[in-house]
Amino acid sequence: MSKKSYRQAINEAIAQEMRRDENVLVWGEDNAGGTGGDGEQDAWGGVLGVTKGLLPEFGPNRVLDTPISESAFIGAAAGAAATGLRPVAELMFVDFMGVCFDQIFNQAAKFRYMFGGKAVTPMVIRTMYGAGFRAASQHSQALYSVFTHVPGLKVVVPSSPYEAKGLMTQAIRDDDPVIFFENKVMYDDEEEVPDDPYAIPFGEARLTREGDDVTIVAIGRMVGIANQAADELEKAGISATVVDPRTTSPLDVDTIIECVEDTGRLVVVDESHPRCSVASDISSIVAQHAFKALKGPIQMVTAPHTPVPFAPELEDAYVPNPAKIVDAVKVAMA
Amino acid sequence: MQLSRDELIESYRVMRTIRDFEERVHEEFSGGAIPGFVHLYSGEEASAAGICQHLSDKDKIASTHRGHGHCIAKGCDVRQMMLEIYGRGEGLCGGKGGSMHIADLSKGMLGANGIVGGGPPLICGAALTAKYKKTGGVAIAFVGDGGSNQGTTLESYNLAKVWNLPVIFVVEDNGYAEATSSSWSVAGSQMDRAKGFGMPAVQVDGHDFFAVHEAAGEVIERARAGGGPSLMHVILNRFFGHFEGDAMTYRAEGEIARLRKEKDSLKIFRTNATQAGLLEDADMDKVDKEVAGLIDDVVKESEKATPPPLEKLTTDVYVNY
Repeated sequence: MSKKSYRQAINEAIAQEMRRDENVLVWGEDNAGGTGGDGEQDAWGGVLGVTKGLLPEFGPNRVLDTPISESAFIGAAAGAAATGLRPVAELMFVDFMGVCFDQIFNQAAKFRYMFGGKAVTPMVIRTMYGAGFRAASQHSQALYSVFTHVPGLKVVVPSSPYEAKGLMTQAIRDDDPVIFFENKVMYDDEEEVPDDPYAIPFGEARLTREGDDVTIVAIGRMVGIANQAADELEKAGISATVVDPRTTSPLDVDTIIECVEDTGRLVVVDESHPRCSVASDISSIVAQHAFKALKGPIQMVTAPHTPVPFAPELEDAYVPNPAKIVDAVKVAMA
Repeated sequence: MQLSRDELIESYRVMRTIRDFEERVHEEFSGGAIPGFVHLYSGEEASAAGICQHLSDKDKIASTHRGHGHCIAKGCDVRQMMLEIYGRGEGLCGGKGGSMHIADLSKGMLGANGIVGGGPPLICGAALTAKYKKTGGVAIAFVGDGGSNQGTTLESYNLAKVWNLPVIFVVEDNGYAEATSSSWSVAGSQMDRAKGFGMPAVQVDGHDFFAVHEAAGEVIERARAGGGPSLMHVILNRFFGHFEGDAMTYRAEGEIARLRKEKDSLKIFRTNATQAGLLEDADMDKVDKEVAGLIDDVVKESEKATPPPLEKLTTDVYVNY
C-alpha cells in the first residue's frame, strides 16, 4: 500500500493486467508517443501520461501508437475483441466520440445481441471527460449518459485513485465492452492504493458516508465535491448519505432506493447536462420506485444545458460545487 | 493456381447456392413471407466465391448489407441462414439479427453490416489479432462502391498500411450506391486511391470466377506472407435493386435483361470450365439439381419454423450484467 495518483492507479491496473494476460494490448493516439520519429520512444505515454512506461515493459507489439483515425482504431478494438484479444483502446477525449461512435454503439455494443449471443467483445475504451481544464467546448464534456443509454455497453466513472485501479482491473477482465471515463482534473489526486491487483465489481455502489436526512448520489469527480458539501451540511446539523454508483451501466438501483427509503430525500449531482442525463435517469428511477418514501422534491445539481465555456469565470460557474449542493439539499429539506 | 476437379465443383456449388438462395428470397419476399429489408447478391456470385475459395475458418471476413453471398461462400449453414432471414428462433443468429446482421464467428464471418463502411475498421482489428497471435490468417473487408466513399474505409486503408496488417479490401463495384451511379459518386479511381496509400491493387472482372480467383490468390498470399494490405477492385453487376422493392427506375431500359444474358457469372463459369475441359455440363447439372432441392427444403422448413420465444427479447445483451 502506498500513495498513488489517479493516473498511477490506472497505469498500474493496466500494467498488472498486461502481465497477467498476454492478450491485453493497448493502443491509441500517442499511447506510447514518438513512434516513427528519431527522438524518445514512449515520449508521451498518452497525452496526459496515463500509459507512460507500458511501451518499455511490453514492447511495440502490445503498445501501439495509432494515426489520428478514431473510427479505424476504435473499430479495430471491436474487431480484435471479437476475434480473441482484450484491447484497451484510448479515445483521447470523449468529445471525440463524434467521429467514431458508429463503431462503438452500432458495432461493438450490438454484436452479442445481433449474433444471437455468440459474440464476446471484451474491450475497454478509456476516455477523458470533465470540465475544469479551461479546454472549452470540445475537450471538456461529460458524455457518459450517451453511452449509458446504449444497451450492450458498460459505463464506468471512477471517483478516486483506489476506485480507478479496482474498476480498471475489472474493466479489462470483463467480457463486455466497457467505456471507462477518466476525469482529467483528477489525474494528480492521490490516496492510498494497494500494490496488489484487485477488482471492484460493476453495479455495486459504495457509500462514502451514511446519514439520516438526505441521500446525495454523485457521479465521478462529483463524489468528492458531494463529500465537501456533506461536511458543510454536517455543520448545519444535516447528515447526508453520499452514494457513488461507480458504474452508470449497470446501475445499482437497489442501493440507491434503499438509501432514499432511509433518508426520504434525494439530491443527484452530475457535472453533465441536465436533460436525458444520468441525473435525470436516477431521479426518475427513484420517483418510480421510492415515491412514497420521499419527504421532499428530488433535486438535481448539474451543469446548465449549454456547451462548456472557455473563460475561467464561466467554466467555474458551469461545474457543480459544494455551495450549489448545499442549496439543493436545503430545498429538498424545506 | 489450378483448382482440382472437386474444388471446381465446390466453387460452382457455392455460386449456384448463392444464386438460387437469392432468387428464392426475392420470390418469397415479394410474396410477403420475409419481414424487413433484404439486399440481394444475385449477379455478384463470382466475387464471393472466387475470393473465399482461398480461405479457411481462421481467416475472417466482414461483409456489407448485401451479405448473403459472402456468408454462403464463407461456409455459413444455408439452412440456418434462411431460418434467420425468416426471423426464426433456430436461425443462425436466433432470429435476432436478420438479413443485415447475419454472422457466424465460428466460420470467420464477422457479420453482414447495416452500416455502409462499418466493416473495414473491424477487419483491421481481426487482422491485428491474426498478426499478434501468428495464426497465419488474413482478414478481408468487403465494401461496395458506396462504402468505398466512407471515411471508415479510407481510415482503414491508412491504419492497415501503417500497422502492416494482413488485410484485403475488396471493393465490389456494382455500379450503383443505392440509386446513385458510382461513375458519378467516386472521385478519382479505386486503383488510384489504393496507390495513394501505398497499397498494391488489382482490378478484376467480377463476373469471371477464374479471374477473381487468380487475382485474390495473389493478394491473399501477399498478406499471409506479411506483405501487408492490398485492394481488389471487383467490377460486377447486381441483378436486383438496392433492396427488394426498389423499382430500379434509375437503371437503363433493358439493362437487367442484358446483364442476365451477357454477364451471368454462372453461365460464364460453365462456358469457361467446359471449354477448358475442366468440367462437363453433367457435373454442373448435378449441382444445379442438388442445390435446387436444398433451397426448396430450407424454404419449406423456414416457412413452418417457429419464431424466437418472447423471453429471448431481453437475453444476449451482455455476457454478465
